[in-house]
Amino acid sequence: MTANRLTYPNRRLGLDHKWFIHEPTIERLPIVWPQGQRVALWITVPVEFFPMDATALAVRPLGTLDRDYPDYWSYSNRDYGSRIGIFRIMRILDALGLRATAAVNAGAATRYPRVMDELLQRGWEFMASGIDMGQPHHGNLSVEDERYLIWTAHEVLAKVTGKNIAGWHSPGHSQSAHTLPLLAERGFEYVTDWANDDLPYMMSTPAGQLCAMPLTYEWSDRALLVHHNLTVEDYEAQVMQAFHRLHGEAGHYKGGRILSLSVSPWVLGYPHRVSALERVLTRIMEVGSVWHATGMEIVATFKAQVLHS
Amino acid sequence: MMMKDPGRYAYLPLIDRPRIRWPNGARVAFWVAPNIEFYELNPPDGQGRATWPRPYPDVLNYSLRDYGNRAGVWRVMEALERFGVRASVSLNAAVCDHLPDIVDQCVRLKWELFSHGVYNTRLIAGMNEDDVRQVIRDSVETIERHSGQDVVGWLAPAISATETFFDLLPEFGIRYTIDMVPDDQPIPIKVRSGRLISVPYSTEINDIRVMGVRGYPPEKWAAMIKACFDQLYREGADNGMVVCMPLHPFVVGQPHRIAALYDVLQHITSHSDVWLATAREIADWYYQHYYDEALRFQPSVKATRA
Repeated sequence: MTANRLTYPNRRLGLDHKWFIHEPTIERLPIVWPQGQRVALWITVPVEFFPMDATALAVRPLGTLDRDYPDYWSYSNRDYGSRIGIFRIMRILDALGLRATAAVNAGAATRYPRVMDELLQRGWEFMASGIDMGQPHHGNLSVEDERYLIWTAHEVLAKVTGKNIAGWHSPGHSQSAHTLPLLAERGFEYVTDWANDDLPYMMSTPAGQLCAMPLTYEWSDRALLVHHNLTVEDYEAQVMQAFHRLHGEAGHYKGGRILSLSVSPWVLGYPHRVSALERVLTRIMEVGSVWHATGMEIVATFKAQVLHS
Repeated sequence: MMMKDPGRYAYLPLIDRPRIRWPNGARVAFWVAPNIEFYELNPPDGQGRATWPRPYPDVLNYSLRDYGNRAGVWRVMEALERFGVRASVSLNAAVCDHLPDIVDQCVRLKWELFSHGVYNTRLIAGMNEDDVRQVIRDSVETIERHSGQDVVGWLAPAISATETFFDLLPEFGIRYTIDMVPDDQPIPIKVRSGRLISVPYSTEINDIRVMGVRGYPPEKWAAMIKACFDQLYREGADNGMVVCMPLHPFVVGQPHRIAALYDVLQHITSHSDVWLATAREIADWYYQHYYDEALRFQPSVKATRA
């Protein structure tokens, strides 16, 4: 009964899978951001749809409706983000001259055309983010079903925006063992689900390479404010700590770092929290040596240096 | 087939909606919603989820809630009276039968009473429409009989729901619901017949959610409400907003927390452009001035099912 615990088929130097190699951040070739800025500020805004009928999920992304069906209450609390919260976030970013990268569920792209129009006008980048928050990716999906999810998500977002869609973020950072090759097969350039570095790195799949981008989970608003139940003052303090540390490391190691800021309209977009975003971004921009960029701008800069060195 | 979405309100983005002006040019309509509740010591089984975490009798959890009715609610009344704020009570109708002294005092304070079902330990989830009708009728009639007020608002007991309960509310004179929380302004709610609107209820700053469940210290809760108010007060210069302060006397009415309520009330009432309103007054104003205009967005509203 216990023999399988005493055999170690993947015990070897390096990792127990082949998606990428072990590369300690501090030993990486330094990346130089434009004008030698220390920190790339990468703001991502999830544009999401949490359906009421997703009552039995294999994976439950943070924010999944948590009351009994029909959960009008939680549905409308998340919906608030797309009615009101996201416009507050846009106002703050506009005032500071910042653009974000929107991670958009296909279901939200079609449901909230007014949001999409406003984002298009602002020149934000769009990442595909699955169908909706009720359709996470997981090992029980067949390859065909998952391919259909990824193809549809890509196609819908490309059609709604008229843009080339290069980035992917699975609902709730969820993947199966097939997600990466399917993303490469579909032509995605970067993926944001793995939470294991402060810098981009390359992933290999049988269908081609992908760039892994460090979209924060740890100091995202949803992790700190929803998962850990912290106050917005705690959130501000932790984001600023992350920023100052990364800023310092960039100077010390002579290599650029990324501050990923994930801002959820149904979390930080509420009136009791949204001023924290304004304060954090204002302070970050005041410190300076910050390159504010979208996902693909960072990926392109990284790849131009790493792949040609 | 389950619904993917409620299909009961139109998508109205913040940047593209009718502008609301409150009486006397107030930027914010502020209303306070104490939930005055009765939890049964021994409620019926088979409601889908257990009422109490411990087996009968759950003395600790029952008494924590009863504290609100013995001690907490009187502190909340004193605080609100001190600042001249009339509350709108989310009332379990059985409080009228068990503890009429509380209801009498609410009436003396000119507080509004609206229905929060019969008991907080009787969910409407899973009921057929006629059973739901009985709960609505019983609660409305009981409150009206004891208070002499007509009841025009509804929040389902323990925020339980059926797909169609909204449709039944207008049959009993209910004019506003707070069973959905998608907005900082009132919005029309689509029902089979009659009229219904949603009055905002700021669930995110609810004392039970913030201090009871998340365990925030009272001063952090107060800071949260003040930040909420300040933001909407700013936005309200352009488009009138609603700030609702949901309360539970068994949470905020504790002696280690009540000072935070005074702090919040002091902050809010020290602003000039605030309309201290009841939920009914907010609903009436909205019906009178904005309902028809907002309604033109409604015809396209319909639930989607997979």
